[in-house]
Amino acid sequence: MKNLVILGAGTAGTMMANHLVSKLPKKEWKISIVDQYKTHYYQPGFLFLPFDTYTEDQVKKVGKKFIPKGVNYIQKKIEKILPEENKVTLEDETLNYDILIIATGSKIAPEETEGLLGPLWKKDIFDFYTFEGSLALRNKLREWEGGKLVVHLTEMPIKCPVAPLEFAFLADSYFREKGMRDKVEITYVTPLSGAFTKPTCSKSLSYLLSEKGIKMEIDFAIERVDNETKEIIDYGGKNIPFDLLVTIPTNMGDDVIQRSGMGDDLNFVPTHKHTLQSVENENIFVIGDATNVPASKAGSVAHFQAETLTDNILLYIKGYTLKEEFDGHANCFIETGNNKALLIDFNYVTEPVHGNFPFAKIGPLKLLKESIFNHWGKLAFRWIYWNMLLKGIAIPFVSRNMSFKGKVFDIKKD
Amino acid sequence: MDLNIAGIRVDVTEDGYLTDVSQWTKEIGIEIAKEEGITLTDRHWEVISWLQEQVKNDVALSVRGIKNSGVLDIKEFYALFPGGPLKISTKIAGVPKPKSCI
Repeated sequence: MKNLVILGAGTAGTMMANHLVSKLPKKEWKISIVDQYKTHYYQPGFLFLPFDTYTEDQVKKVGKKFIPKGVNYIQKKIEKILPEENKVTLEDETLNYDILIIATGSKIAPEETEGLLGPLWKKDIFDFYTFEGSLALRNKLREWEGGKLVVHLTEMPIKCPVAPLEFAFLADSYFREKGMRDKVEITYVTPLSGAFTKPTCSKSLSYLLSEKGIKMEIDFAIERVDNETKEIIDYGGKNIPFDLLVTIPTNMGDDVIQRSGMGDDLNFVPTHKHTLQSVENENIFVIGDATNVPASKAGSVAHFQAETLTDNILLYIKGYTLKEEFDGHANCFIETGNNKALLIDFNYVTEPVHGNFPFAKIGPLKLLKESIFNHWGKLAFRWIYWNMLLKGIAIPFVSRNMSFKGKVFDIKKD
Repeated sequence: MDLNIAGIRVDVTEDGYLTDVSQWTKEIGIEIAKEEGITLTDRHWEVISWLQEQVKNDVALSVRGIKNSGVLDIKEFYALFPGGPLKISTKIAGVPKPKSCI
């Protein structure tokens, strides 16, 4: 009997368990998945929780529900990966593996920025990348009377790169609906040279910020937070005052990667960007946020990766050459407020384009354009996530590699 | 597009970054620095060589990378290339603009 061990039962790990359980012969392979946490969170929902759009119950479920029968689910803390010995040590047992899939994700590391965890943390400074942070921010916003709201992004890469911008857009709508937009000054602060991480997006979408009266500070590399003067200060000496700071702290891979000495300086595992095999060990594969591949850290990316990785694991078992297939495909809805959203579709080499999705000429979703239909798409995605995505069911008409049909590649034409 | 910098024809991107690092010369570096309002000192050149070395070895450049480099700290980086040090220093060094666009 051979062992395939999956570390992490988040989006990527759960999808891999579901894909592989029907593909690997049960008599030959035992599949185990390890995760110390009981709850599976719908992380895209953390964006909506602060604005009372979603309730707590809509963004969490018991993780075990999504692990298929026939997969050994181990709810324990992972101590260390020993790649030389093909072993993983857990809190009170050791697992041997023939194939290891690392899907330990990424998490916020507020301790990386001086002063962020000071006296104002969770009082006037919040994150929304954790369930607890998002919930605390909701409670704060319910009673907040206005002032300077600073939405800030520490450094790249982060999970769901568009989320901070979406937060600023949704905040604008939220305060408008509450009839207090005139009491709130919103500033968006980024270490990048534009609002969007993709230049074509910045070009065609920067109107959104001015339209919503959101101020922008670019090229801001934060050095520290001053809890007394309530300012964020960058290495160049620039300072931005806040009454309420919503920040995306540095994102890092899990501590177990560091303990195992397998990561880069942000604890992401060096991974072949087209095959998803780890660079160091041929029987270790990496998927989702845990990799260092230059793709977005997002559920849609993990979904597309999972299809390629499933094929590659089967090829690896047979001793065949792996497919260099994964192209960095990402597909993201961007909430722009007022019940509208944008949709972007891109990969390693192709910038987001205009056009229709998923069907050429028909759509019904519009790429790079605000529409109410896109917003419905984003809300419908929660259902798709729980009922299709985690179970490894392919989303109809959306292929793992980026399709070039019905898309306009010269941005000036549209 | 192409541009004439320090009497040499070079290919650059829309925002002025050399597309082919082999076209780079010290004179080009000096000229670009001048446009950014920077007079290059020995310390600048050390940092520029280090940046070029990193790119050659396929190391992605980032502010965090500077912090852990042991070559210089971020404060000094800002002092040498005020404004957006990574953006400005890479332009002078003739290497691609760092992508954090993911």
